[in-house]
Amino acid sequence: MGVISDNLDVWWEGLLGTLILFAGGGVVALVLGTVVGAMRVSPVPVARAVGTLYVNTVRNTPLTLVFFAFAFALPPLLGLKLTAPVPLVLAVCALGIYTATYVAETIRSGINTVPVGQAEAARAVGLTFGQVMTLVVMPQAFRSVIPPLMSVLIALLKNTTVAAGFSVLNLGSVRAYLSERGENQLVVILWVAVVFVALVLLLSWLQRSLEQRWRVAR
Amino acid sequence: MRTPRLLAGLGLVAVAALGLTACNSGSPTDPGGAAGDDETTEALWEVETDVSLDDSPTYERMVERGGVVVGVKNDQPGLGVEDAVTGERSGFDVDIARWIAASLGFDEDQITYQTIPSANREQAIVNGDIDYYVGTYSITDSRKQQIDFAGPYFITGQGLLVAADDDSISGPDDLAGKVVCSVTGSTPLQRIRDEYAPGDTVENDTYSQCVEQLKQGQVDAITTDEAILAGYVALEPEALKIAGEPFSEERYGVGLPKGDTALKDHINALLDGGGDVWTALFEEHLAPAGIDGTQPETDD
Repeated sequence: MGVISDNLDVWWEGLLGTLILFAGGGVVALVLGTVVGAMRVSPVPVARAVGTLYVNTVRNTPLTLVFFAFAFALPPLLGLKLTAPVPLVLAVCALGIYTATYVAETIRSGINTVPVGQAEAARAVGLTFGQVMTLVVMPQAFRSVIPPLMSVLIALLKNTTVAAGFSVLNLGSVRAYLSERGENQLVVILWVAVVFVALVLLLSWLQRSLEQRWRVAR
Repeated sequence: MRTPRLLAGLGLVAVAALGLTACNSGSPTDPGGAAGDDETTEALWEVETDVSLDDSPTYERMVERGGVVVGVKNDQPGLGVEDAVTGERSGFDVDIARWIAASLGFDEDQITYQTIPSANREQAIVNGDIDYYVGTYSITDSRKQQIDFAGPYFITGQGLLVAADDDSISGPDDLAGKVVCSVTGSTPLQRIRDEYAPGDTVENDTYSQCVEQLKQGQVDAITTDEAILAGYVALEPEALKIAGEPFSEERYGVGLPKGDTALKDHINALLDGGGDVWTALFEEHLAPAGIDGTQPETDD
């Protein structure tokens, strides 16, 4: 336990960094992903084209490259100085924009599970596309995509460690810090794994309770 | 219809491949360049032929293998660099590693280099992946719990690298409101965060990324051992400079498996008795970067 109790400062900062990255990246991904998912099924051809282009380019780019673009290419272009929140904001954007593609595809598959008749009936009573989506289709779609969506979020949680190489202190950087302080790296990595398992268990629990609450009587 | 086209395609590929290999065999190969390099170092020391090192498990392992595996760095100008094209290794640390190998009776062909990043050094030695490590490896008490050090063979200190036209930083106390860059989790970074008050810190995987950001103005300073910084100044003296004096003492040692006293004593005796070699290596690799240094006494 000395590995943890002697280095509480680093563990705390690392855990906090991971949670902030996860929360920030998750919000960006869910909002952007839902919008893009809706765009991909919308009746407007331009919206469909933009959505498809975005998903197909970003989803096919390795996360590390997305990070490189945000951490090393964007700041010189914008003339940004890397003062306190800038690296964190860039990392949240990179994570969010990358994960949004997966969220979009997950939501689109959820939308496809809603029988066409539902949307047609909604359209027939005079609802607009936006109303059809928010009032009829999305509530049913979300319900069916909870398990895959949670998998995407769990992947996001673990992907936060990539930010360690790009100037955001998180659980992924703890190993480098403690190795310099003379701790055994393998022990440190095992503890990092334990923390991640605990966090993922929390997410699984959230998934189960959401599934139960929104369950449909069949 | 399909088969002939496929065959034609394969034929084209084959011709292209032949052409490439032909070019390859025609171009000048390694020996010329390598021989020139060997002459300079080989004059400094000879490969020992009659080595006896009792009670050294590491040496026994080397003899059994018929070669030595050395851990080094590959991205530190002047200290340990690997030419991306030729794979040639050079630098002060790398030559110290060669010198030690020669004293153990292994010539250049019997040395295998392994690039090990800072954070993995102890683990590589503990696991036995490498026989010894030479690469800006500071002797510290916490590391001594896992491994042993021979040396020190060089003493430097933490310094600051800034843009050549920046006069606002002359020491670690001028960092308020400034952005300081270093490698993730490195000791210099932890020291600057804990003991001084920089505006912000930026952490990258390598120093070269920090140097890039410094030149573009995204960070104000880079901090690590002065010997490492000096290598970057030597590469681009018109863009970079070292600010102020070193503010810590880093004693570079040779990392060895814990408990191998025989090998440690052998290397210490080699270093203590090889002042001329040391001076020649220093003059070749580090003096041009503009740092002073004298050979330190080794520890017991």
